Amino acid sequence: MQKKRYVLKFPPQSGDQPFSYHLVKDFDIRINILRAEVWPGKTGSLVLELEGTSDNLKQGIAYLKENQVSCEPLNKKITWNEKRCISCGNCTAVCFAGALQMDPVNWELQFDSEKCIVCELCVPACPLNLFKIDFRE
Amino acid sequence: MSIQKTYEEINEKIRRGEAVVLTAEEVSQMALTASPEEIAEKVDVVTTATFGAMCSSGAIVNFGHANPPIRMEKIRLNGVPAYEGLAAVDTYIGATACDPENPKYGGAHVIQDLIEGKDIELEAWGKGTDCYPRKHIKTIINKETVNEMILFNPRNAYQNYNVAVNSTAQMKYTYMGNLLPHMRNATYSTSGELSPLLNDPEMKTIGIGTRIFLGGTQGFVVWPGTQFNTSKPKNEHGVPVSNSATLAVIGNLKEMSSEFLQAAYYEKYGVSLFVGIGIPIPVLNADIAKCVSIRNEQIETTVCDYGVPGTPALGRVNYAQLRSGEIEVQGKKIRTAPVSSLSKARKIADLLKKLIQSGEFEITKPIQMFPTNTSLKSLKEQPPLTPPKEGN
Repeated sequence: MQKKRYVLKFPPQSGDQPFSYHLVKDFDIRINILRAEVWPGKTGSLVLELEGTSDNLKQGIAYLKENQVSCEPLNKKITWNEKRCISCGNCTAVCFAGALQMDPVNWELQFDSEKCIVCELCVPACPLNLFKIDFRE
Repeated sequence: MSIQKTYEEINEKIRRGEAVVLTAEEVSQMALTASPEEIAEKVDVVTTATFGAMCSSGAIVNFGHANPPIRMEKIRLNGVPAYEGLAAVDTYIGATACDPENPKYGGAHVIQDLIEGKDIELEAWGKGTDCYPRKHIKTIINKETVNEMILFNPRNAYQNYNVAVNSTAQMKYTYMGNLLPHMRNATYSTSGELSPLLNDPEMKTIGIGTRIFLGGTQGFVVWPGTQFNTSKPKNEHGVPVSNSATLAVIGNLKEMSSEFLQAAYYEKYGVSLFVGIGIPIPVLNADIAKCVSIRNEQIETTVCDYGVPGTPALGRVNYAQLRSGEIEVQGKKIRTAPVSSLSKARKIADLLKKLIQSGEFEITKPIQMFPTNTSLKSLKEQPPLTPPKEGN
């Protein structure tokens, strides 16, 4: 079994299709919705944690792509300019998911994308503006 | 017999490459098994450091005279307003200055761009005088074209600072970071047992003329900082339990590095400047050895509610608790986060240690010590002055 977080983007015309139902029913994938933005007639976004066998996940993702739903690993959607980071800690103050934490030994910032729920609070919290999250476009 | 060393004796050892230098964190560890007398005997200098956002910072710049010359009476650097009331071509660019149209780029960013050698657009206006006939200039300046650029920060290196929480139902955007509603986070700022003025709480070795590490080069303490306050309550270890003393510091900005001076923008607050400061403390005697041995659990600070006007105090915690990731305030467990960089502060303390060990940085006896009985005044609202009545 594998567990991984993905960002899904739906084309405007796909709002009436039960994709998550098919992921569960046809591919035996456990889904956990971490964040959703659905606007009738517009592109929608969904952050999902998918859990299943390697084959099932592969097939489920292929099914989404066949239906024009893009599906990319969450960590590819977040960029943190680590080189410029001064490890001040401001982002850890707002990251209640625990994805951004100070290393208790060297006090440098650690980012664990697997814990990120794309709340985006870190983006304005960083005084050096080092986070970019590509959730919508 | 109790140890008593002089500044000159320690400098002699530094010149010979024999001085024993430890960081404040190292000496705190040593103190777990060594007495202040033993520390005073073995250790000559302790390095302290901090790297935090310090809003009361800025730079003096002299542009040189153009031909024909201009008496600059309004000045913009990359669109950021700089002070125009200093002769013809001197200015002071404050770290927090900004053009309200472009609030995310301010004086601190101009200072960082200057350090990094980037070109800056200078635009200035004057009324035109007999000796300064020009009325307008728009040109490019950088580190190489200007005569002097001097970092002069009126209030840096606060001795301790409050912990910030927010009890309201809305997010609060502050210089202590973004505070989640219902006290769901708490932010703290100083480097604790590594922080300069917490290692010399009575400022027995830090005063006017103290040579320090500032922004990547050598600088000096030139005055007590603004809002210098010695009347805050102290705990049993002699440490004030909220923000108290401060330092005014100066140094050559041309020699500084953006590794130790970083512009910052806080959402819905404004621009500030992260300043790296390192201060060596000479271990002249056992008294000073005891001060520099202070540990995080002995340094306490006050938790203040930034959601309520007047930021009322809610409790007291120590830095060991703050660094553990969780504090308890009024029976509620709150997640903590730093807003100043301990990893950078450690880097500065280590760098300063190496500079002293290699004989490149000597300690200085202050020319004058700081006042010991200051307190703070607040700004009172008074009725406006009535203009004098015109005579008959």
